[in-house]
Amino acid sequence: MIKRLLFLVALGLVAVWFLTIPATVPERALAAHTPDLANGKEMFLAGGCASCHAVPKQEDRTRLGGGLALNSPFGTFYVPNISSDPKDGIGAWSEAQFVTALNKGTSPNGKHYYPAFPYPSYQRIGFDDLRDLFGYLKTLPPVAGRVRDHDLPFPFNIRRTLGGWKLLFLDGQPFKPDPAQSVQWNRGAYLVNGAGHCAECHSPRNAFGAVIPSLRFTGGPAPDGQGGVPNITQHKLKDWTAADIAGTLADGMTPDADRVGGNMVEVVRNTSQLTAADRLAIAAYIKSLPAVEGAAPAKK
Amino acid sequence: MAQSDPIAARQSLMKHNNDNAKAVLQMMRGQAAFDAAKVDAAFAQWADTAQKLPGLFPDNSKTGSDTRATPKIWLNKNDFDAKAAAFGKAVAENRDQAKASLDGLNAAIAIVGKACDACHEDYRVPKQ
Repeated sequence: MIKRLLFLVALGLVAVWFLTIPATVPERALAAHTPDLANGKEMFLAGGCASCHAVPKQEDRTRLGGGLALNSPFGTFYVPNISSDPKDGIGAWSEAQFVTALNKGTSPNGKHYYPAFPYPSYQRIGFDDLRDLFGYLKTLPPVAGRVRDHDLPFPFNIRRTLGGWKLLFLDGQPFKPDPAQSVQWNRGAYLVNGAGHCAECHSPRNAFGAVIPSLRFTGGPAPDGQGGVPNITQHKLKDWTAADIAGTLADGMTPDADRVGGNMVEVVRNTSQLTAADRLAIAAYIKSLPAVEGAAPAKK
Repeated sequence: MAQSDPIAARQSLMKHNNDNAKAVLQMMRGQAAFDAAKVDAAFAQWADTAQKLPGLFPDNSKTGSDTRATPKIWLNKNDFDAKAAAFGKAVAENRDQAKASLDGLNAAIAIVGKACDACHEDYRVPKQ
């Protein structure tokens, strides 16, 4: 009896072990591809990479040495160096390692990344776009210096547990266009849910720190606990036209001529450089989000 | 007037700032024709705000009348005043290009807007 129990426990542990192995994208999954650097830059801007990875408190947003501290309910994350530096950044990474990082949330040395790195959104980005982005990142200046480790209490400091998190909250699905919608709407849906990762801030999260699907885009407390992030469904934006939304992404002003605040200032710094067509696509998709009231924002 | 009710005075200034910003925004977004006189009037009023602002936060005006001023203002009054001055400087330096053309207006507002943000980020309670 005891032997049988032990056997079952051992079997369970082995199963957990296999189920939480960090997934990768193999080299052979990537056919020959010449990176389109202009598209890579568009992905860089849509993805807002610089908002977290640029060295804090400097004007140049292409020096991606990292170091920004992200406070969260789980502890403090320190954003890593993704500059082209071969030693401290991603200069020595292979394409497959880069694609694996963004698509699977797995590092080149086979560890799970924390989802503070928004791979639940980035997994929707197409491989060609990821490879163009990688090509573009390699054209940016190398910045020396490795960023310190995250400061997380037990049990959040055990990366293997993220394998379980991924089983629950990472579906592994690429973006699927909706043939019933326009090309523009689909482009917007792709940018918003993939690179743009809008829902990562504009949604409340559950106790495990995962976005609550039914309340996606309904806003919530800011990830760092400083104030709130607004609802961007039609519950809140019904008086905004698609042109208003695109305009805000271009000039940072709301239709009533107030200025966007908080982390959105950084976002607009990126979106203002996107092509006008991409801003309009994002706007068309956001304008189509059904009104959902969402939970009351936490009072500061 | 400023002495009797500083909160009302600054709220009125900010309201006018916003009315002018709306007029300018409509031009920027192509919802209204570019009007150099209106742009100039907006910049004149913003310059006036920048000049008056530092004097409108006496110690007895920290709360009341739904003020969105944060307590940080009184803890960092020097920084607050410096940011008001920087706003005034941005307004003065960009007034000419703003009224010259729509492109100039866009460039000017990008700079002046940052000066707005610089203060609002720490010293204004967010709306939500």
